Amino acid sequence: MSDAPASTAPATGHDAAESFGDHGEVHVKSYVVVFVALLCLTLVTVGISYLHLTRPVAIALGLTVAAIKSSMVAAVFMHLVSEKKVIYAVLTLTVLFFLLVLLLPVMTSGGNLSNL
Amino acid sequence: VDASIPYMVKPHPVTGIPNGKFGIWLFLASEVMLFGALFSSYILLRSGAPQWPPDGGFASDYLNVPLATVNTVVLITSSITMVMAWASLKQDSLPRFRLFLGATIALAFCFLVIKYFEYSHEFLEDRFPKTNNFYAIYFTMTGLHGIHIIGGIIVNLYLLTFGTKLWFKDKQHFTNRIENAGLYWHFVDLVWIFLFPALYLL
Repeated sequence: MSDAPASTAPATGHDAAESFGDHGEVHVKSYVVVFVALLCLTLVTVGISYLHLTRPVAIALGLTVAAIKSSMVAAVFMHLVSEKKVIYAVLTLTVLFFLLVLLLPVMTSGGNLSNL
Repeated sequence: VDASIPYMVKPHPVTGIPNGKFGIWLFLASEVMLFGALFSSYILLRSGAPQWPPDGGFASDYLNVPLATVNTVVLITSSITMVMAWASLKQDSLPRFRLFLGATIALAFCFLVIKYFEYSHEFLEDRFPKTNNFYAIYFTMTGLHGIHIIGGIIVNLYLLTFGTKLWFKDKQHFTNRIENAGLYWHFVDLVWIFLFPALYLL
């Protein structure tokens, strides 16, 4: 676990409480922090869209914020910060194929994405 | 003879995780490809169009951004209640689990109701999937996502009612099930995190 012992003194209250089972620790504080961050970033995305920036800038910013949000969901809510190797392996393969599928339009349209 | 399925609760020696969790991750991998194909189609349709949206202006001129923003908040909130439902079981509290999973289901219904208002407004304005590529990909992607929400509601409703019986037989097994249901639910949230800007904002 990344944000485990050292930093914080004996687990306060129910955060990181002792739980049964041999995997998947509970980090209530992290869940709340991520939740608040997700709400803020949602407002940021919507706020940016009202600025009506040029398309390339708007798309770059929008995707960046979405990537940050989704990484937080995957890392904390889905516990990917501390997963077994086999899941990382599956996901690495998935990401590769996902990127391939996303790039198909570029490859088939001769790179003409000027109208994005 | 012990006819129970092996590694439902204990980690499989090869993967290091119970089979159910491995299964749900493989399923999510296939889901990434399903939505990936649609995102790819979206890029193709958009890049092939003379302008996007087809009738000019911004996507926000055609779709209801405030409602979709509320829906984003609803879904994010349902994600934390889902993970808290799992955390409650880890902390051995069934009542708190019921509260959080119930809230997750209620929020999922809330998402669908808001989506219903959005859809019915589009239909009233005579905007259908056949109207143009913008609406075609909008209805396809949000529709498929909506079906996933319905699927999540069904699974979570089962786990909140009949499925809870397992808790009294095998706490760890039931907790693992909630974790798996949660992984699926967070994925549905994750897809929306990309759908929202892609369709409504950019």
